[in-house]
Amino acid sequence: MSVHMESLHEPTTSSLPLEYQEDGNLKIFGFWVFLAAEVVLFSTLFATYLVFHGNVAGGPTSQQLFDIRGFTIETFLLLTSSFTMGLGTYEMRRQNTKGVVVWVLITVLLGLGFLGMEISEFSHYVSIGANISRSAFLSAFFVLVGTHGSHVTLGIFWILSILVQVMRKGITPKTARKLFVVGLYWHFLDVVWVFIFTVVYLTGKVM
Amino acid sequence: MSGQPSHEGFPWKHVIGFVLSILLTVMALWLVFSMQLPVSTEIVSILVLAVFQVLIQLLLFMHLTERDGPAYHVISLIFGAFIAFTIVGGSIWIMAFRSMVS
Amino acid sequence: MLHSLLQLGDKYFMWNEGPMIWTSDVLIVLTSLGIIGVLTYLKRWNWLWKEWLTTVDHKKIGIMYIIAAFAMFFRGGMDGLIIRAQLAVPNNQFLNAEHYDQVFTTHGTIMILFMAMPFIIGLMNIAVPLQIGARDVAFPYLNALSFWLFFFAALLFNISFVIGGSPDAGWTSYAPLAGPFYDTGVGENYYLISLQITGIGTIATGINFLVTILKMRAPGMTLMKMPMFTWSILVTSIIIIFAFPVLTVTLALLMFDRLFGAQFFSVTHGGLPMMWANLFWIWGHPEVYIVILPAFGVFSEVVSTFSHKRLFGYKAMVVSMVAIAILSFTTWVHHFFTMGAGASVNSFFSFSTMLIAVPTGVKMFNWLFTMYKGRIQFTTSMLWALAFIPNFLIGGLTGVMLAVAPADYQYHNSYFLVAHFHYVLIAGTVFGVFSGLYYWWPKMFGHILNEKIGKWAFWIFMISFNMTFMPMYFLGLMGMTRRMYTYPAGLGWGPLNMIETIGALGMGLGFVVMVYDIVYSIRHPEKDLTGDPWDGRTLEWSIPSPAPEYNFAVIPEVKGIDAYWMMKHPKGQEPEPTKAVDKSKIRPIHMPNNSYRPFIISVAFFVAGFGFIWQWYWLGIPGLIVVVIGLFLRSFEYDDEHFISTEEIVQTETAAGRL
Repeated sequence: MSVHMESLHEPTTSSLPLEYQEDGNLKIFGFWVFLAAEVVLFSTLFATYLVFHGNVAGGPTSQQLFDIRGFTIETFLLLTSSFTMGLGTYEMRRQNTKGVVVWVLITVLLGLGFLGMEISEFSHYVSIGANISRSAFLSAFFVLVGTHGSHVTLGIFWILSILVQVMRKGITPKTARKLFVVGLYWHFLDVVWVFIFTVVYLTGKVM
Repeated sequence: MSGQPSHEGFPWKHVIGFVLSILLTVMALWLVFSMQLPVSTEIVSILVLAVFQVLIQLLLFMHLTERDGPAYHVISLIFGAFIAFTIVGGSIWIMAFRSMVS
Repeated sequence: MLHSLLQLGDKYFMWNEGPMIWTSDVLIVLTSLGIIGVLTYLKRWNWLWKEWLTTVDHKKIGIMYIIAAFAMFFRGGMDGLIIRAQLAVPNNQFLNAEHYDQVFTTHGTIMILFMAMPFIIGLMNIAVPLQIGARDVAFPYLNALSFWLFFFAALLFNISFVIGGSPDAGWTSYAPLAGPFYDTGVGENYYLISLQITGIGTIATGINFLVTILKMRAPGMTLMKMPMFTWSILVTSIIIIFAFPVLTVTLALLMFDRLFGAQFFSVTHGGLPMMWANLFWIWGHPEVYIVILPAFGVFSEVVSTFSHKRLFGYKAMVVSMVAIAILSFTTWVHHFFTMGAGASVNSFFSFSTMLIAVPTGVKMFNWLFTMYKGRIQFTTSMLWALAFIPNFLIGGLTGVMLAVAPADYQYHNSYFLVAHFHYVLIAGTVFGVFSGLYYWWPKMFGHILNEKIGKWAFWIFMISFNMTFMPMYFLGLMGMTRRMYTYPAGLGWGPLNMIETIGALGMGLGFVVMVYDIVYSIRHPEKDLTGDPWDGRTLEWSIPSPAPEYNFAVIPEVKGIDAYWMMKHPKGQEPEPTKAVDKSKIRPIHMPNNSYRPFIISVAFFVAGFGFIWQWYWLGIPGLIVVVIGLFLRSFEYDDEHFISTEEIVQTETAAGRL
């Protein structure tokens, strides 16, 4: 863009990385605000889960249901994927397209692993009769954890589509901004999982 | 590219963040399954660990401190946390009434 | 053959329910054919598509929001008139109980979600970018998507009347009544899914305007130099962003109950019906402030402009709005004090509710002091603002009465409450949007609405409004409860109810006169050639009416509150004409391209929603897939902006007399 053109948006003049250039700063800020809205969305689901936690209606309780090994592996998979996604952003800032592709692909694989474990966990519960209709507690559990899971699913598709764009166009202000934003989304899902791990699984094992 | 902050040759920030996040998870598991603490103490301490996990993600992975102008995004998150606390705390408090009724 | 066709008609179109449905069917078909016919005859399809359906221009989107809001005002108003017709005399059987339930449900839902919200969002689309000296909102494409999501959600909600049956559990849709066991039709699904779709659009609007206001103000306009309407929209956006996700979840939970057999609000299997009330009002109370704060913003602009004085107590106004925003998230239990959550819960929320009266009172005094010793000009816009003060005060003070938890056990669910919230929502929000409509109309269309007809509309509507709702306070205290479909003679309720019904007809007449004013003014336009018909104070009046596509040929430099006023009256200097644009400063302008995709994505959402409502997953799931594909295609779109050349800008500005 030539310096004499007047943009719809004020150009960023600060010394911020590439992804903040053009109108990237607006979109990144907008995405942070979206994440703040997601905080409220998930907190409503957590509130619902906590209110219903004891309402098992004679069905299985959280203590009987949750499998320590399963949710621990899920946690490590997701934590690692957040780390590899961070490395992807790091390589992006070094203009290393190849590094980006490698780390982001590893992230996707870890995400898929997480998703597979979650699906098998859910189908196991359903197979022993602990389905969404069994009790209000199970309804709340499935909807809270399932909402996170569907976010992860969408995230995987989203990451892949950005990856295609990075491979096609290289690291430009636009692709860098997109990768940065999807990175924020992925790390945020890790944050939500930390609370699911703590409030749903760990607490569910002791209460 | 001008305006690019200089980057160190090794992603120390990320590695430290990763190691810490694993450590915090192990600590939480250990607190719950190996220590014989009262339930309320356990829950409070794992919640504190969770908050640290969040700070690691925000500061070391999500580049929370980068900004263009005032840190409105940080204010949004803080307000979001306030609302989250209100919703969770408020709902539990309000819906506790059923124990008096039934 | 005919027989099975009629059976299908009974099943999906409720033809067995009688002439009201048949009339609606005929009217809908005739109206649609009429619109299609006129567009074809005038060869306007291409124009409609290129200029409106694919536009990303905030001014056009704002106009479309307001047109839709007017249509919904008509629909919601008809519902209101039907309610009043039913209640006019004792023992009336004009409607049966079931139909009455449907009518008050759609009346409430439409008026809040599909009339008040889009009217306000329309005004903010028109005014905010112009007030802050911006060329569009931060995300114009997303803005178009928000509009079309709202539009198709409104359409989806409205077709329930003739396809499958309207929702009938009240606009609050309380469980377990709205749950799968007590409400078996598709009506409640319409409610849940259409609100879900419009809610997504609203969250996007909130984010869009927050980013726009925080990041795209003209140089020199610090936060504390922003026009008060923009401030009100900033605060409203914050409330939207943090309140609407709660609605999203709440609706989703009941949807899981109804469609997928979850047990959240059931009465068996550990469900808690009152959890619905809790979650609904966590969103619902902030929602009240979402529709009232922008009206406060309009009044601040209008009162200051037509008193020809700077707004009194700017800082106090800002602080009050921020205080209202925070407090609005801490008062929700006052909607269900009678649930019996215990003395400590009720006391806390009683107190926090009363606290909100304080910042609201501060604002009231500030408007009064703005007018004090001002040179007040009684335009139609100003009349609405002036009428707001006493009428809203009645609503607000009865609100404080309702906030007293023990007293609320008496008022709860009575017509006293109905009177209260109509006094705040109509005298606040509706008077506010009408005031804003008359105020910004010239900026939207380049001509002024006829003042004489406008004043007739005002007086008819305002007096009738009081006739309709004032008696409700007394009926409530006499024991008439909300949502009763008829009442016996001999309780002494008849005369007051008859007065109310006459008042409601008067409000309808006022609305018709206002629409006539619009039609009359379009046919006999009193052109606004100056761009500044009211001797305005803020930047939107510094540009031609209607505003050119790019709004500002040259982005203005802001020196203080009431930026345009300061340009017109520079300190220590003779006032000089400031209309002229400095030609040497004109540069080519980057603008976003139109896009058909927001429209298509929203159509897909509509189809998906319709599929889920009827539990036709073969339709619902492909619909959602099309939505997702649309979003991904958008991600791959790189070339989405164009330039407006210097020559074109010079041409436009010359035509407007600015060069």
